[in-house]
Amino acid sequence: MSDIPRATGLTRVLRASRGRSYPRIIGLFRERSWLFYDTVLPLLGTIAFVYVYKALGAPDRFVGYVIMGGAAMGFWMNVMWSMAAQFYWDKQGGNLELYLVSPCGLVPILLGMSVGGFANTLMRTVAIVVVGAVLFHVTYVIHQLPVFVAVFAVGIIALYGLGITFASLFLLWGREAWHMANLLMEPVFLGTGFYFPVRALGFWVAIGTSIIPLTLALDALRQLLFPETHPALLPVRIELAILGGLAVLFAFTARLSLRKMEFLARREGRLSLRF
Amino acid sequence: MSTLAIETRDLVRTYRTRKSAQNPSGGTVVAVDGITLQIPRGELFGLLGPNGAGKTTAIKVLVTLLLPTSGSARVAGFDVARETQQIRERISMVSGGESSGYGLLTVREQLWMFSQFYGLPSRAALGRIDELLKVVGLFEERHRRVSALSSGMRQKMNLVRGLLPDPEILFLDEPTLGLDVGAARDVRAYIREWVRQRPGRTILLTTHYMHEAEELCDRVAIIHKGAVVVTDTPAALRHRAAGGSYFILTTSLLDGATWLGQVPGVQRIDARDGDGSTEVRLELADDGVIAGVVKALADRDRRILSLRKVEPSLEDVFVQIVGRRLEEADEAVGRRE
Repeated sequence: MSDIPRATGLTRVLRASRGRSYPRIIGLFRERSWLFYDTVLPLLGTIAFVYVYKALGAPDRFVGYVIMGGAAMGFWMNVMWSMAAQFYWDKQGGNLELYLVSPCGLVPILLGMSVGGFANTLMRTVAIVVVGAVLFHVTYVIHQLPVFVAVFAVGIIALYGLGITFASLFLLWGREAWHMANLLMEPVFLGTGFYFPVRALGFWVAIGTSIIPLTLALDALRQLLFPETHPALLPVRIELAILGGLAVLFAFTARLSLRKMEFLARREGRLSLRF
Repeated sequence: MSTLAIETRDLVRTYRTRKSAQNPSGGTVVAVDGITLQIPRGELFGLLGPNGAGKTTAIKVLVTLLLPTSGSARVAGFDVARETQQIRERISMVSGGESSGYGLLTVREQLWMFSQFYGLPSRAALGRIDELLKVVGLFEERHRRVSALSSGMRQKMNLVRGLLPDPEILFLDEPTLGLDVGAARDVRAYIREWVRQRPGRTILLTTHYMHEAEELCDRVAIIHKGAVVVTDTPAALRHRAAGGSYFILTTSLLDGATWLGQVPGVQRIDARDGDGSTEVRLELADDGVIAGVVKALADRDRRILSLRKVEPSLEDVFVQIVGRRLEEADEAVGRRE
């Protein structure tokens, strides 16, 4: 058997991320039922809100808001259940110990989880947007495409940074991971304005809920898709700048919480033994 | 480069237990209690002890999953508390009964995924995966989903995972736990083969199977209640067992065997009457003394039904040191838990 040279540095980070993203991406094709559960079932919830607006005789643009919210919801659910809670499952399955002792460290593994989860969720998002267009005749005209792409990208980076922070916190909170993820579903759906323009909550409340990156990302994307009619919380470029700040903030807190989690895990044996 | 692969000095690891209604302030469990070990490079070293003896905790400190409470530990010359990255670059770990990985992946995919965490190039990693799968007899199952593997197959796959990065130091924590006889034999055979092929590589193996330690290890430390009670080669430990080798003699019923103890050279006898026969355990000054025992029995018209010489095992050493059999120690831990 010959020695195989191992990569270090950035090459290893990229390889490790690719390795960890693989189960998520291949799972999409291998477990078709996931596609059904992750796409069709949540779509039903979104459609329900569409009919609520239609029954109330709301303007058509509200259908567009709901479809956008439904599309974004997939990312939030992915961040909660497949990022924040993932280390908890990995601890139960014995993977976390192997991740910790591997030389690449946890960051590339979390990046891989993020990339895999993002790719997985993107399909659901596309499905919801397409269904919105076909069934409810929502037309999407993207104004300022580069800004749209930037808001989407920076929003996703901030969101997954938040997910990585939660991954450490959920692990430290141990058995409450399941409950924590549940706790952060409906209130976030409300607070971020998944189904309505977040401005409706009042300016300061909406500013408060903007700590969740989806709030500003959704508001900015809706402004760019429905520029004439959407009641903006803040101008798009300011929202983009704040999202950039949140991305940096959550990258920092993610790194800090990972270090803290690993230190406590080593000091107190939380990942190894349960008394 | 340090000549020692692993070195611990007075290593202690305690845990605080959770608070409960019975114990509102929590408590402290001493899992590792002052272990001092020196394991040179190239050695296959065994930590032998019952469940709950502290073997797994010791390994977790060495692989950087736990911090020592006090004392120190170095792996490949690096401090486990401060130089974790350097250690992680050089080690790998496989635990018995491990259910790591993702069931929807195939065996080959799963192993490839783990190889990426070590930065192995894909093509070379896949080549090594196939090579190792052939060696452990799992090549035909390479496209089978992990969720469909038996526990024996899964453990072989885990062993391949541990060997993939070709670590300087491999930690095997109960690698044959829960395996059937055939699978356990295959795993042991491959561990031996790996060490033979890779001189200079070190294995620290924990087990509570005596025969596994005897079969595999260059040296063994018997660990009990978190402390190392003796360290030596299996042969030297056997030699240390009280009386060295002994004889088991089965005769027609003796109705008392104390007179056998008066045969010159007989150091100790234990006799047990059974159904029409007596089994006598004899510890002798030397093997030649058995002739006098046989003659004494013949003089009293006692028929010898069987006679065999028994070399002491690590089990005997364990009994001598700990005061009970390994299985009994396991059961005691189980009752305590």
